[in-house]
Amino acid sequence: MIRLRNVTRDRNQLVYLILIVGVLLFPVLAGFVSPGDSGNYLLGQAADAGVYVLLAIGLNVVVGFAGLLDLGYAAFFAIGAYTYALLASGQLNSSPLHHAVHLPFWILLFVAVIVAATAGVILGAPTLRLRGDYLAIVTLGFGEIVPKLFLNLSQWTSGVNGVSALDYPSLPIWIEGPWVGSSLSIVRGFSFAFNSMAYYWLMAILVLIVVILVSNLQRSRLGRAWGAVREDELAADAMGINTVTTKLLAFSIGAATSGFAGVFYGSKLSLVSPENFSFVVSVTILVMVVLGGMGNIPGVIVGALAIYYVLFNVLTNLPANAKGIANAVGLGFLNRPAPGGWPGLEQEVQRLNFLIFGLILISIMLLRPQGLLPSRVRKEELEKGVAE
Amino acid sequence: MADQVENAAPADRMEDAAPILQLDHVSKRFGGLLAVDDVSFNVAKGEVFALIGPNGAGKTTLFNCITGIFSPTEGRVVFEGRDVAGRKPHDVAELGIARTFQNIRLFGYMSALDNVRVGQHVRMRAKLWDALFKTPKERREELRVTERARELLDFVGIGRHGDDYARNLAYGQQRRLEIARALATEPRLLLLDEPAAGFTPQEKVELMQLVEKILGQGITVFLIEHDMKVVMGASRRIAVLDHGEKIAEGTPDEIRNNRKVIEAYLGKSA
Repeated sequence: MIRLRNVTRDRNQLVYLILIVGVLLFPVLAGFVSPGDSGNYLLGQAADAGVYVLLAIGLNVVVGFAGLLDLGYAAFFAIGAYTYALLASGQLNSSPLHHAVHLPFWILLFVAVIVAATAGVILGAPTLRLRGDYLAIVTLGFGEIVPKLFLNLSQWTSGVNGVSALDYPSLPIWIEGPWVGSSLSIVRGFSFAFNSMAYYWLMAILVLIVVILVSNLQRSRLGRAWGAVREDELAADAMGINTVTTKLLAFSIGAATSGFAGVFYGSKLSLVSPENFSFVVSVTILVMVVLGGMGNIPGVIVGALAIYYVLFNVLTNLPANAKGIANAVGLGFLNRPAPGGWPGLEQEVQRLNFLIFGLILISIMLLRPQGLLPSRVRKEELEKGVAE
Repeated sequence: MADQVENAAPADRMEDAAPILQLDHVSKRFGGLLAVDDVSFNVAKGEVFALIGPNGAGKTTLFNCITGIFSPTEGRVVFEGRDVAGRKPHDVAELGIARTFQNIRLFGYMSALDNVRVGQHVRMRAKLWDALFKTPKERREELRVTERARELLDFVGIGRHGDDYARNLAYGQQRRLEIARALATEPRLLLLDEPAAGFTPQEKVELMQLVEKILGQGITVFLIEHDMKVVMGASRRIAVLDHGEKIAEGTPDEIRNNRKVIEAYLGKSA
């Protein structure tokens, strides 16, 4: 037993080490792999993956730690992103307010965290007496309502067009060097616009902060209270834990994390529109959490990175790659449309994209039902069964 | 624990029979079923009080009414002069009543040590801020809580199993862990719901010793038990419930010879 615990802990430390080294080396690697744009595209993608890492860590607090199934998590992501969109663009000029607000990114990070956390409390307060499946359905509803709200409040949010031309983060001072192809120099009044390297490091720092804070919570009084509520709510209550506030805190801390993610997302894309926060986003994040290893922070990070990579890299490039491979091995005829409805290999793979994604998910769950890097709890549960 | 002894000591000297818990005409109705019917008795500070009765007599329902899991339909539950009827379970725990459960309700996928540390939750002061940033205050508190949790595990005799999952402990150890978890809330009144259920005779003797040790810490013990040997051996006073009504109250000797009690347990023909 003691050994098992040490193994899990050592493995987590190893994963953290690998992740840190990976984050440090990635820019070099990216520049090496695609020297044409000095790795800018890959760095940008890595920063976008970081958004999902943040979201997965946040959802893990709700689902993994406190055991509350939340199917509408993207709602908080949307709230964070729209907070940034409205308060850091010209948008409010064309709203009934007639006055644009341009608050700096760094302040809005905190504003959005507070707004999202508050939204978490507002959603949580009436719904947290519900249990399990019922809570899932209510959160599902909330996840549908919020994007619709942003869609229909069009005099504030421009509805379906979304809010565009958001401000980019800026810093008074920044260092540039050979790694972006220029000589070593100090830049004043630096803007993040289109600078993937800057976004990359910003995201790395955000993830680091969130991981430290959430890990601290996990190993605290509150973390244990979450565990107790997850295991047996009635017993937790009888032991003096206020289960309502404990669950509310899980919800609002999860939401706060996605507020972070929303601000970063909005500032990088410089565009926020309701369709970015659909149900699919909630489910994708949930898949990352479950598949990575519910309740285990490094597991969830790895899960988020893996799923992001599959979704936005493997699958998007698959049709073109399939075509290339077919040509290379002398099956080029497959690439030509043929009578009988065959659209050519590239088209066909394109159509089957989500089938392939589904198959990948199913295979992972069959091979590693406890997740890629399970927490100690989840592992035991699956190996020994829940015999209550 | 040391300061609790000090707290309890003057009260003991002042008046041994000062009630720590008073049930005042407590009834609990579920629809048409009257599970607890107008029950009144006092539990004195520093005693072991037992509640017995046949299955379905309403003993656990009464426990649930005391600990806030149910709110009594009528009547008052007065703990140390305060009416606690209708309060939330966690408020009752904070006021100083802890309990164990008839069907063990541990946090199965948490270590034994964590189970006990959860028990201390209500006495901890670290705020969200402290936890987020691991302030020195929070670190000190965590160290203290961990040390105390180990003491409590030793106290109930399962000190070696701190790192095991609660669900992997042997049955008797789980019962002990539940008591340790309850003690961690620093109660002045401890409710034990059938603590000896499923125990071997040897384990029952050990349990009685443990109850004595708990009493020695200045904690009043109120238990539900089926095993007459445990009840007669451990408790100083007994109340008997049958069909939700209190049919007798007294010392073990009085109860043993009470006609109504004998009828309730063995049927009228006896």
